[in-house]
Amino acid sequence: MDIINTVFVRNNLIVAFALVGLVIWVSYFLADKLTKGRIHGSAIAIALGLVAAYYGGVVSGGNTGLADVAMLGGIGLMGGGMLRDFAIVATAFGVHLSELKKAGLAGVISIFAGVIVSFVVGAAIAVMFGYTDAAEITTIGAGAVTYIVGPVTGEAIGASNEVITLSVAAGLVKSILVMIGTPLVARLIGLDNPQSAMVFGGLMGTTSGVAAGLAATDPKLVPYGAMTATFYTGVGCLLGPSILFFIVSGIF
Amino acid sequence: MIVYGVALLSACLVVGMLIGEALGVALNVQANVGGVGIAMLFLVYASNSEKFKTLTQGAAGDGIKFWSAMYIPIVVAMAARQDVAGAVDGGLLALLAGVAAVVVSFALVPVLSKIGKEHPVDEKIAEEDAP
Repeated sequence: MDIINTVFVRNNLIVAFALVGLVIWVSYFLADKLTKGRIHGSAIAIALGLVAAYYGGVVSGGNTGLADVAMLGGIGLMGGGMLRDFAIVATAFGVHLSELKKAGLAGVISIFAGVIVSFVVGAAIAVMFGYTDAAEITTIGAGAVTYIVGPVTGEAIGASNEVITLSVAAGLVKSILVMIGTPLVARLIGLDNPQSAMVFGGLMGTTSGVAAGLAATDPKLVPYGAMTATFYTGVGCLLGPSILFFIVSGIF
Repeated sequence: MIVYGVALLSACLVVGMLIGEALGVALNVQANVGGVGIAMLFLVYASNSEKFKTLTQGAAGDGIKFWSAMYIPIVVAMAARQDVAGAVDGGLLALLAGVAAVVVSFALVPVLSKIGKEHPVDEKIAEEDAP
């Protein structure tokens, strides 16, 4: 047991490659046999990943899911921001500039519309739950933007730790739901071309959610959605503690 | 050489991240503003340009395609390291705020996708013709 532990921990990134490969093989097998290809194999793999993350979080009490289990720490590196961003940029290889230009304006509008709409919805629900303090309402609204915008805004305007934690949870729910929900609603919302993918990325904004959601829908759309999504958190951090907070302060 | 493509990809990401970080400082925002998106634009430019041919074609191009193909496995690992337990612990308020934001945003995708479409008028007529 000691030997296994030593080898697994010392080579944790390699263990992660092998484990993820196995999970994807099982997922594609299930997608093919059980759903006859109706559900994308990667959608099943991502869902399995989320279930494993829940298990890892409950067992370890940490906040990086399965990566908190010592022997599987490599999952943290493999699925961390550095390699994720590296692979996202690589998907842009072979994309034509003309496709990006076609949806340029709609993409920019969607980023601002997405931040404001998510914020308003989150803030409204905070009010429904009886919050009356402007800083608390703003922080929860910002959490509905992304789980990064929530704490950045909350700390800037002096919200309590409890509310900041709540805003992170709201952002996590959003991110996870985008991962699972996107392939299910893709046809309904016309998500089948580069233009709508750019609008989708701008509206949703959660890079993890968009990255996984589009991967499970149609990997060809990934670069377009990711392109706009990566501006979203920055715009959210810009608007949250400033204009949006001022507006909420004016009302409450 | 495969490494030429990987090096080009890395350079795009590093320069993009630097610009995104500088934009964040300039705007007084505690976040990287679009670093990945800017890096993607660099790679799109390089892969469409004659000047970068030696870095994007043949074996060098395979170095970029490898990482592009590793995207889905990396996303699966990313899913496995999400704080799902934390999201579940957030309670009803966090759940409702997250779900409502996603539902409303999903609904806006078809609305905003119409902006800048080439023949919006034709579509309208087609819709009106339908019974």
